[in-house]
This record gives sequence, C-alpha cells and structure tokens, in this order.
Amino acid sequence: MYSDKVIDHYNAPRNVGKLDGEDVGTGIVGAPECGDVMKLQVKVEEGRIVDAKFKTFGCGSAIASSSLATEWIKGKTLDEAAQITNSDIAEELNLPPVKIHCSVLAEDAIKAAVKDYKERNQ
Amino acid sequence: MSKPIYLDYAATTPVDPRVLEAMLPYFTERFGNAASRNHLFGWKAEEAVDQARQEVAALIGAQAKEIVFTSGATESDNLALLGVAEMYQEQGKHIITCVTEHKAVLDTAHYLETKGFEVTFLPVDKAGRIDLTQLEATIREDTILISLMAANNEIGTLHPIKEIGAIAKKHGVLFHSDATQAVGKIPVDVQEMGVDLLSISAHKMYGPKGVGALYVRRRKPRVRLAPQIHGGGHERGMRSGTLAVPQLVGLGAACRIAGEEMAAEAIRVRALRDRLHKKFTTALDFVHLNGHEELRLPGLVNLSFAFVEGESLMMGLENIAVSSGSACTSASLEPSYVLRALGVGDELAHCSIRFSLGRFTTEEELDRAAEKVIATVTRLREMSPLYDMAKEGIDLKSIQWAAH
Repeated sequence: MYSDKVIDHYNAPRNVGKLDGEDVGTGIVGAPECGDVMKLQVKVEEGRIVDAKFKTFGCGSAIASSSLATEWIKGKTLDEAAQITNSDIAEELNLPPVKIHCSVLAEDAIKAAVKDYKERNQ
Repeated sequence: MSKPIYLDYAATTPVDPRVLEAMLPYFTERFGNAASRNHLFGWKAEEAVDQARQEVAALIGAQAKEIVFTSGATESDNLALLGVAEMYQEQGKHIITCVTEHKAVLDTAHYLETKGFEVTFLPVDKAGRIDLTQLEATIREDTILISLMAANNEIGTLHPIKEIGAIAKKHGVLFHSDATQAVGKIPVDVQEMGVDLLSISAHKMYGPKGVGALYVRRRKPRVRLAPQIHGGGHERGMRSGTLAVPQLVGLGAACRIAGEEMAAEAIRVRALRDRLHKKFTTALDFVHLNGHEELRLPGLVNLSFAFVEGESLMMGLENIAVSSGSACTSASLEPSYVLRALGVGDELAHCSIRFSLGRFTTEEELDRAAEKVIATVTRLREMSPLYDMAKEGIDLKSIQWAAH
C-alpha cells in the first residue's frame, strides 16, 4: 500500500522540529477538519535556505511529503525552492492518486514559508 | 517480527475451532441437500438444519420456525426492509430509522426512498443514542416500520431496544433490529425486547462468513414478508435457495457456544477493554471516548487520540489490526459518518481508532498492543503541529484554517 520511500520517511522523518528567529519563514497549510496540517519553516541566509524544519498532522503520505520537502529545499535559493511542484514530490514518493493531495499540501507549505519569509524581510 | 495482534473483532471473528469441527462432516460425508425429502442424504442434512435453527432460536428467545436463514446480516437487513415495505405498502409508506445505522440499512432505506417511500432518519445524541420521545413523536398514521440497530458497529453504543419495542407495539408499527454486533455478545431476547424482525450474522460471533439469519415473528403479530429472492420456496417462501448446510451448522454451533459462554466472556472481555482504555488515559492526554461510557458492547472501545491522524497511527501499528474512522482509510475520503452524527468534530473523527476485543484476545497481547499504541501516539504527537499548539493553550477552533 505504501511505497518504501513513504515508509522510510514515516519511520525516520527528516528535519522534524521548529525554527525561531528573524531570518525564519513559516508556512502553515491544511486544516484539522480535513485530516492534515503541515507546518514548514525555512531559515534563510543571503537568499538561500540553510535550514528547514517541519511538523505535520496527517497520514503517512503527508508526513513523508513534508519530510521530503524539507530535505529538498535545504541549500536551495528561495526562488528555486518555490519551483518544486507537487508532481515532483508525488513521483519521488510513488504516491497513489488518492494521496496526491498530500504532495499538493507540501508544495503549498513550501510556497507559504517562502512567502512568509519574503513578507517579513522586505 | 512479533506475532500479529488482532483487535478488530467487530469487523469479523475467527471461526471457533469447535464450530469448524461441527461443520466439517457436512462438506463431505453428510453433503446432502436439505430439500431432498426422499433419501437419507437429504434427511441427514435437514436434521442438521433443524438443529441449527433450534440453536439460533434458543439464543434469542425465539421459536425455530421464526428463523429464516440468509447469506448474512446485509441480506437479512435487506429482506426485512424491502420485504416489509413491499408487503405493507398499502398500509403506509413511512419508515423510521436512524443516522448511525449500518449501510446495509441506510442504503436500503435510501433505495426505498427512490421507490416512493418516505424515510425519517432520527439523529443521535453525543453518545450515539436516539431520543425515545422524538421517536414516538415521529410515528405517523402511515408508519409501517421502525428499524434501529441493537449495538452500533463503530462505537458499540446500545440502543434501548426494549423501550423501542414497547413504543412500536403501542403504535402498531413493526420493529426491525439489526443485531449483528449484539447477538452472541450481550443477551438478546426477542420476546422481552418486543422485536418483530432481527438480523443476525454468523461471522461476528465465531461462525463462518456468508451465513446469517433473520428472525421473523410468527405470533402477535404474524409478520409477513414479500420475498426478495425467488425460486423454490425455501424458508417458508421468504428466501429461496438451497440451504448452505455446513454454514448453517456453523451458525448453529456458534449460537450454542455463545449461549453457554457469553456471560463469562462478556465479563472477561469488558475487563480487558477497560484495562486497555485505562492504560491509554494514564499514559496520554487528550484521549476522547467516542460512544457511550456504560451502555456499550463489552469488547469495544472507540477512541480519538487528538492531534494524531488515524491512518498515520495505524501505519505505526504494524502487526496490530484495528480500524479507524479517519477519512484516509476510507475510499470516500470522508471521515466516519457515525462519528459525525455524534457531533464529534471532523478533526477528532480523523483521529479515531476502534479497538474491538473478543474470545481469543489475551492480556499479554493487549498489554503489548497498548504499549505500541502509546509509543506511536507519543512519537507522532512530537511531530504534530496541532499538539504543540494545544500544549501552548491555543484554541485550534480560533484559527482560520484554509480548508482544502
């Protein structure tokens, strides 16, 4: 039912936690009533993401999508990070069609975190 | 890998070895057709069917002649609703049921709506119980049937069947009860409870899958049903089709064993269930019980571990079989309609897990399962943004979430 990659991220999620500070952008997407909420944070230095953390309430695929997202955006510029799409995530994790919304949420979370950082550091 | 632990007895039960033993000869040497009236093979089969009928009837305080064998509780529910609707439609076309019924009743009721019947779906309170005053007020001149389950399959809440039976009788309305989860677990007596039609399933009480029964009252009143399966006039014309003798022998044996052991088993299983529940509430905060505290099936507890999504929890419980009301575990992506009907918010419905225990559940298994659940909930809460917020005292309802 789950791909090996989803199981791996679920069992050993990367970058769980939270970040504080002026140079941090935070995106919170989803809703408890819908069964998934992702909080994704980026720490930015000179336009580049130097650290990323997440916390997710959701199914295994949602946890895996956000875990993978934090892994991918580390080291990227804000603009590069914002270019990651849900289909990149879905493909990497072999998500079945019913779980595509998990990858959409992860894409939204990245974009929301980048937007939050930009707004707070204009 | 440790031995898998089965805590999903409300979904199905294993066949009791004693039941299987009783069934086996009827596959081979005693293979006759119970309708073959003119030779030994048929007589042997008929004898076995008669005995099974007695055993089923005895468990629910009925007469053997009042038992109609079916392929399971879904068929029994269909036969009760469709059979009554078709037979009594001249008297009226109004049926009363309730929002937390099993789909076998709900979908059949919706089908009848498309055939010109009017159905009232009673609401339930937060424990899953209907309001008897409201039930009585809903009965009309043209009401022909009340269908209310004895015990709910998701939350285990028991309906006041005896009181419902009395109301139905007072108004001259037939009363059907889907007792799939109740029979064999708690005492069910059709006389005492005033039930006119009652659905039974074998595989929920250690019998085989694919067989069940419908109790159809023969006296005061004599209930008539329009058959839904035609061809041969078996089962007093109410349900044609060659009787599945080995299955029926299994159903009968399961009923006999339940009758003998139910009282002691209920005490044991209830103690185990309460032990499990207590372990959770001791080790974890934000654990909500879905269903009624007391008026509940002995082996069932449905809990919401807030801030941990049900499917992700089940994923961590590899080797432990439970069910969840989470949307992610259903094909429809909708959380449980039963929990919704109780007014459990969707956010908690997504976090619900049903633990159902039974005859073969051991204390050792239960303790091992509890430990695993507690560890997994704790781990997942560490990565839940909602748990953080709750701990910080933020009211999650005060936040404008972007629903998606």
